[in-house]
Amino acid sequence: MRINCPHCGERDRREFYYMGDAVAVTRPAPDAGPDAWDDYLHNRDNPAGDTRDLWYHEAGCGAWIVVARNTLTHAVHGATLAQKAAS
Amino acid sequence: MARLIALGAFGDLLPLQTGDVTCTEVMRETLFCVAPYRGQHKAVSAALKAQLGLSLPAAGRRKIAGDAICQWIGHDAWVVSAPVMLDGLAAVSDQSDGYAALDVAGAGVEAVLARLIPLDLRSTTFKVNHTARSLLGHVPVSITRTGAQAFEVMVMRSMAASLVHDLQVAMSGLARRGSA
Amino acid sequence: MRLRNPGQTVTFSFDGKPVQGVPGEPVAAALLASGIRLMGRSFKYHRPRGVLTAGSEEPNALVTVGRGAAQDPNQRATMVEVSEGLEVFSQNAWPSLRHDALAVNDLLSPFLGAGFYYKTFMWPASFWERLYEPVIRRAAGLGRLSGKANADLYEKAFAFCDLLVIGAGPAGLMAALTAGRAGVDVILADEDSAMGGRLLREVEDVDGRPAALWVADVLAQLRALPNVRLMPRTTVTGAYDQGTYGALERIVGADAPGECFWRIVAKRSVLCAGALERSIAFPDNDRPGIMLAGAVRAYVTRWGVAPGRSVTVFGNNDDAHRTARDLAAAGIKIAGLIDARADLAVSADYPVFTGGSVTATAGRLGLTSITVTHQGGTRVIQTDCLAVSGGWNPSVHLTCHMNGRPQWREDIAAFVPTPDAIPGMAVAGACHGVFDTQGCLRDGAEVAAAIARDLGFAPEVTLPVAEARAYAIAPFWETPGKGRKWVDLQNDVTTKDIAISAQENMRSVEHMKRYTTQGMAPDQGKSSNVLALAVLADLTGRGIPETGTTTFRPPFVPVSIAAMGAGGQGKGFAPTRLMTSHHASVAARAPMIEAGLWYRPSYFPLEGDVSWRQSCDREVNYVRNVVGVCDVSTLGKIDVQGPDAAPLLDFVYTNRMSTLKVGRVRYGLMLREDGFVMDDGTAARLGPDHFVITTTTAAAGQVMRHLEFARQVLRPDLDARIVSVTDHWAQFAVAGPRAQVLLNTVLDEQITDEDWPFMACGAVGIGGVAGRLFRISFSGETAYEIAVPARYGESLFRQLVAQARTLGGGPYGLEALNVLRIEKGLLTHAELHGRTTAYDLGLAGMVSVQKDCIGQAAARRPGLVDPMRERLVGLRAVEEGRRLTAGAHLFAKDAKAVTANDQGYVTSACYSPTLDCYLGLAFVKNGPERYGEVIRMVDHLRGVDTLAEVCHPVFFDPEGGRARG
Repeated sequence: MRINCPHCGERDRREFYYMGDAVAVTRPAPDAGPDAWDDYLHNRDNPAGDTRDLWYHEAGCGAWIVVARNTLTHAVHGATLAQKAAS
Repeated sequence: MARLIALGAFGDLLPLQTGDVTCTEVMRETLFCVAPYRGQHKAVSAALKAQLGLSLPAAGRRKIAGDAICQWIGHDAWVVSAPVMLDGLAAVSDQSDGYAALDVAGAGVEAVLARLIPLDLRSTTFKVNHTARSLLGHVPVSITRTGAQAFEVMVMRSMAASLVHDLQVAMSGLARRGSA
Repeated sequence: MRLRNPGQTVTFSFDGKPVQGVPGEPVAAALLASGIRLMGRSFKYHRPRGVLTAGSEEPNALVTVGRGAAQDPNQRATMVEVSEGLEVFSQNAWPSLRHDALAVNDLLSPFLGAGFYYKTFMWPASFWERLYEPVIRRAAGLGRLSGKANADLYEKAFAFCDLLVIGAGPAGLMAALTAGRAGVDVILADEDSAMGGRLLREVEDVDGRPAALWVADVLAQLRALPNVRLMPRTTVTGAYDQGTYGALERIVGADAPGECFWRIVAKRSVLCAGALERSIAFPDNDRPGIMLAGAVRAYVTRWGVAPGRSVTVFGNNDDAHRTARDLAAAGIKIAGLIDARADLAVSADYPVFTGGSVTATAGRLGLTSITVTHQGGTRVIQTDCLAVSGGWNPSVHLTCHMNGRPQWREDIAAFVPTPDAIPGMAVAGACHGVFDTQGCLRDGAEVAAAIARDLGFAPEVTLPVAEARAYAIAPFWETPGKGRKWVDLQNDVTTKDIAISAQENMRSVEHMKRYTTQGMAPDQGKSSNVLALAVLADLTGRGIPETGTTTFRPPFVPVSIAAMGAGGQGKGFAPTRLMTSHHASVAARAPMIEAGLWYRPSYFPLEGDVSWRQSCDREVNYVRNVVGVCDVSTLGKIDVQGPDAAPLLDFVYTNRMSTLKVGRVRYGLMLREDGFVMDDGTAARLGPDHFVITTTTAAAGQVMRHLEFARQVLRPDLDARIVSVTDHWAQFAVAGPRAQVLLNTVLDEQITDEDWPFMACGAVGIGGVAGRLFRISFSGETAYEIAVPARYGESLFRQLVAQARTLGGGPYGLEALNVLRIEKGLLTHAELHGRTTAYDLGLAGMVSVQKDCIGQAAARRPGLVDPMRERLVGLRAVEEGRRLTAGAHLFAKDAKAVTANDQGYVTSACYSPTLDCYLGLAFVKNGPERYGEVIRMVDHLRGVDTLAEVCHPVFFDPEGGRARG
């Protein structure tokens, strides 16, 4: 698997650390309540198709990125800096 | 009072020659990591231009002016080879002893690196002064093409011996095969 | 028998007997040239077997190469190249290949058919492990591993190109030539030792020259192109995501690495893998001497070796006739040509039997005769080689690696690839269903030209002239009648096994595969899959397209794990990180132990020490009574700078760092977002916008990732920068009542308690070198950590140790460090193991509720602040001389030591020379409410069962007066 890092270009998957669903970008407010925090921390969809996840280019530039890919075709559609996705 | 002696990162592991590839230590007196604060990229670039004669290169690039080097090292970060004054513009961290660097050069250098680094290092795509962060074996490195058959590899100082070990294995495998 | 003078020969051995061979030819060719047809025994029935094919698909002629640690089992005799002194052994035969005791299995075959072990070895269940499995494993199976560590060198490597051409037959050569001339960066990979594919194995002309000469000319042109890379002996084994291909290169040369596993990344690829011939199911079709017709032709034409003196050909297609014609032209006697098709008119100098089939064969260790039934009746033919052709199967395998399903083509009676089954991969030549040379040349050139145009090049197509013979075939799978008709030679599967499978309702091709094991051997059924499913289709009354194929998965040929994991043995397994004091510690004979990737000294033995405990106790006493020196450079050190450095630290630590004064250090706790503790450490404020924080050794990478996540993803509004400076600084703990005295021997300016109170930090000079000093303690004593740039680390360490010795102290290692911190109830990752909260650790007060921080919301969950959670306590052994052990579990004093009664567990334990007893840190249910209770500790693993008193986790100097000085 190869991922297109916005800084480094297409790189081998071994350079990346995988975190999980990009839902982690949208952190609830501290007082959002147990349900919101439960969703944020634990509840994940398991999509057959397009998905967005967070990867860390740990052995590369050190950027956190959001990768859009397809779990059925394994196609990687693109990646953006998580910093931009968040702000 | 103490009298401290400075020692190199590679000890007696370098220089190293096997087949047509040679590794030699790159000695650098100083090295600083420069990470511009938000919105200060242009100001940092201008300050560096004034102080070192070098502006910030793009991601994946290195610039040289005289003895001074400015090299991209990662997300929002560069290294420069001389002290710089960037108060309020950028985070500056002394990394003079944080990295060890070696030159690996010779006719078989691309074949050696192809055994260790998962990067497209073809001369048509990775040209002189192109730089990348990646893995050499399992060792995180920063690699820069310095010539047609020459690269510089920077590694965290504590992993210097592992870097040499992995290079040595690849170099001896190629030498034992007789050709690349 | 050799048909031409072989020129230079070498001697290798087969089962210990010398055999002459031509360097570089396959072992199978050399054995056939020496009249050796029996090459191995079959997997299950130990049937005598010879070579079937002339390529990597070989199911029968599996051999072991080399001996001892260098022994490689299950190598194909069709692929191993002959060299001087090579040692080759047959497999699965005892005491010898000719007299194999387990050939008795063949007599028992009526009881050993498909599914036999599911039915036979059902009971008693306990017999399976003790009796059935060992016996079956001994009887069945292929080559054996040596059981010794493999000392051979293997490689793995990466390559990149615009176009990967897979296979260098007529289509592949034209594809590489067309794209290469246009300027495309091409890799041409072919598994054979010489490129050319079938052009090296056929008698035909290309461009008015013998095909082999045309091939040589094209290869010379390709070599001259700087943008073309030729990779012979390289089998592309798998197609993976985003244009990544696996490839296995066999390397020749006595001293060379054995194999190299390549990961090739290509923008585009073209599969020119050719086609594989298939057999026909007829009785006893597995005897040595019965081979595929194209393979017989290959041995004759390419290697000048006649597989027999009197050859019979049996087929259902025109290609079989070519075999008879070429062999006859080479001077080999053709005993007969049998064609299953009835309506043919053939004129030849040898007997031709149309509408015929082979209905029996004879010869115990090698073919001696066959029985032919044809339109004119039945007759026996004396023959020592039968060349069989049931048609050709395009090598569609790689196109199936990402779930592509091949499609059936009636006109060639074969499966062809589904278009675009692999993104970026095109198909050309015989694997595309094009079976004539001219067509293959054209297909390869045109497909490559289209790709080159897509990539922005301007290719020109120039086609050579070659044969354009039509390929006619009439499907013929199985000779009617009884007898054992072999389908999968490598796994000993017959048509009867497939019939049993269908009969027992294993009618899906996937069920049939698993029930009969057809296609499950190392060859993955390359020579048997299509035949097997055709037989199944007949049995179940379905057509072949409806029956479908099983799924072809990578790798296309077996790949040794050693090649895939090349470089990962020994020191290549993981990088090692060495402290600057490493050589000094090793010189002091300190055993080095792993801490993450780092190596740290365990203890420093002195002359006369009889145990590690003696060294450890002495080092603890140095620190408690005099002074000790310890390299703590492995702790993660992270520079945090910027206008928002303090708010960022407030966000990642549970406690407030923004209130910390410049020149001071504060202990900090980090949580994961789920409320559990991630790490602890210190934050030192070096300037208003500049902190340096420390992490534990093991968690440095995780904390760096976490901080970057907080900075880049969760709080991009904060303007701060994070840089790891772990490697720049060598840092040493100097601890003990005389620590300040020792430091003042090396510092440029003397320090006092007034200038450097507990938790102070700042810049110092050491022999003119700019360093840093932190007054922090992980031992409970007056202690400092002194840091210098790493180039001076070894030098400073040696001087600190020398000065400490002068004062009556010395260096201390990880063991003593552990004792010192347990005595003080200080934490490491034994306690911060990912399942403990600040509340569990008695640190709930450190979680500020005045501000948000990572993990704060989740840490409030009721389940995480339940008093009945297992919470940190100290344990003091109460039984004289009985130790406490980490990992042991705790039970009420009179309770049975079973899971239901579990009260907690011990995380750290040591003997304390300071308090002269065994101490432990433990997590106990409602622990802080149980001080004074005597509890039972049981360590089933080490056989320890003892009593301990629950107490406060700080055993020594609970007021902390010693550290404050």
